[in-house]
Amino acid sequence: MTTLVLLDYDSLGIKQPSRSAVAAAAKLGDIHVLVTGKGIEAAAAAAAKLPGVSRVFVADGDDYANTLAETLAALLVAMAPNYTHLMAAATASGKNIMPRVAALLDSQPISDIAGVEDADTFIRPIYAGNALVTVKSSDPIKVITVRAASFDPVAGEGGSASIEPAPTVSLPGHSKFVSAELSKSERPELTAARIVVSGGRGMQNGENFKLLDPLADRLGAAVGASRAAVDAGFVPNDYQVGQTGKIVAPELYVAIGISGAIQHLAGMKDSKVIVAINKDEEAPIFQVADYGLVQDLFTALPELQAELEKA
Amino acid sequence: MKILVPVKRVVDYNVKVRVKADGTGVETAGVKMSMNPFDEIAIEEAVRLKEKGVATEIVAISIGVAACSETIRTALAMGADRGVLVETDMAVEPIAVAKMLKALVEKEQPQLVILGKQAIDDDMSATGQMLAALLGWPQGTFASKVAVENGGITVTREVDGGLETVALTLPAVVTTDLRLNEPRYASLPNIRKARKKPIETMKPADLGVDPTPRLTVLRVTEPPKRRAGQKVGSVAELVMKLRTEAKVI
Ligand SMILES: Cc1cc2nc3c(=O)[nH]c(=O)nc-3n(C[C@H](O)[C@H](O)[C@H](O)COP(=O)(O)OP(=O)(O)OC[C@H]3O[C@@H](n4cnc5c(N)ncnc54)[C@H](O)[C@@H]3O)c2cc1C
Ligand SMILES: Nc1ncnc2c1ncn2[C@@H]1O[C@H](COP(=O)(O)O)[C@@H](O)[C@H]1O
Repeated sequence: MTTLVLLDYDSLGIKQPSRSAVAAAAKLGDIHVLVTGKGIEAAAAAAAKLPGVSRVFVADGDDYANTLAETLAALLVAMAPNYTHLMAAATASGKNIMPRVAALLDSQPISDIAGVEDADTFIRPIYAGNALVTVKSSDPIKVITVRAASFDPVAGEGGSASIEPAPTVSLPGHSKFVSAELSKSERPELTAARIVVSGGRGMQNGENFKLLDPLADRLGAAVGASRAAVDAGFVPNDYQVGQTGKIVAPELYVAIGISGAIQHLAGMKDSKVIVAINKDEEAPIFQVADYGLVQDLFTALPELQAELEKA
Repeated sequence: MKILVPVKRVVDYNVKVRVKADGTGVETAGVKMSMNPFDEIAIEEAVRLKEKGVATEIVAISIGVAACSETIRTALAMGADRGVLVETDMAVEPIAVAKMLKALVEKEQPQLVILGKQAIDDDMSATGQMLAALLGWPQGTFASKVAVENGGITVTREVDGGLETVALTLPAVVTTDLRLNEPRYASLPNIRKARKKPIETMKPADLGVDPTPRLTVLRVTEPPKRRAGQKVGSVAELVMKLRTEAKVI
């Protein structure tokens, strides 16, 4: 029984959600990993150091310069016969690629798993996390995406896997990468941050949203948002936390001017400690908050900043 | 150009679902059902493409119990031209849905299929990608902008770090993200007109698909409940408690 895990990486190494996917795979048996891209010796080397990984396959070249689902699915399908499980983190890219792979293998994908019971049996959230379903798959090759917040990531160091080229496959040419517009930030990534500070519609506008920056910087936190804040254009789409945005489970989640709709809770209710600041004491966010402060955020934020400076 | 839009009937997004006491599923009896919100966005996008003169016909498809015809009626009232109901009482998984949609694509020959990025009941986020794979078509998932031009389609996608734009040849599959558009409400005259639009009914077997699930549900449970904690009286108390009690800062 061997699992192949498709990894994401950046200049700092293998990304945390992918290391969580490796942690999920570790519950099953042997682990091989695949890294793809252009000029990715460093990523391959980082992958080889992941604990528990025995072989690293590398697809390096122009064809893989961008992560196109059509291309990666063709490669994964070619490699699939050697594996019982194919996995990736349930990130935008994992969710784009893995179901395509599954269909080509005539397998029903198992999306966003939050638990592994055995080789065939997995737990996944449904209905915005209001229920957990345990499913047993009858497909010979299981195609899985992993909810990173549910598995402690493996460390970045400790392993020593072999590195070898991935097989060469013929790739479809019907999709082409045009451009990317990525939001730049010096702060930790939302899904990897130890602390997340999120703002909602209560922030009123993009200018006010910047009030969260000094707080986030002081706490070493990532900044997130509700859908309402994203839809209103206060912040870019990749800030969205929730059922249809990012799933986070930090040590501390601070919700400011967020009402606590089911869809928002779905993305953050597994946080260890939740703080809510809202001027409406009836706001549903208080039903999940460990510490609730009923106050106008525009007076609370400067006070909070001042209090934190006191150290 | 013809566009197919699969629309799923799901528990309304405002309903807080409850797990059944016997652990076999969630309570759906007497619960409000609606069109999956992402599918409303898909219909809206198709209607806009028709209004721009890009699309000529929009076919709304729903797979499930007989009451899915109501979901199709909603799509017709929003501007779809006709409907197809594939009737089954089985809970169909994305793989079976994708296979049925593939058979319908082969019959209808559309240039574009627009699906929701995710059904808010099963939260699978899989069907569009699977359909594209089965057809050998390119896919533009999680779309926040689409433009049909020069015989192809350009799709701006919501990805983890921001946005990404891809160019696809047609025919293609697109799945919608929340910010693609804001769906319209159907007007009363359009709701009336929709009653006269045709809905064709068939069974999975008519499309040559066996909808037996691949995933057996062993049990459905409630997630661990979070309880409301304490209210603090001031920012100073909050910071003190985060430091000394929760020890997270
Ligand atoms: C299919 C679908 C998917 C969705 N997915 C997501 C998702 O992934 N993530 C998500 O977040 N939402 C999602 N939503 C939207 C969700 O239903 C809510 O509409 C949204 O979360 C509300 O955002 P909010 O709490 O910022 O806004 P509101 O509900 O408007 O709440 C604003 C809050 O700010 C408080 N406030 C206002 N002014 C102040 C002030 N000066 N000081 C203190 N407090 C103040 C108010 O009391 C209120 O509680 C989805 C909806 C649908 C239909
Ligand atoms: N039973 C169904 N009938 C019609 N469309 C469906 C059905 N199931 C899924 N879809 C479509 O596929 C999308 C994604 O669903 P899912 O892969 O289940 O998250 C939905 O938004 C619909 O557009």
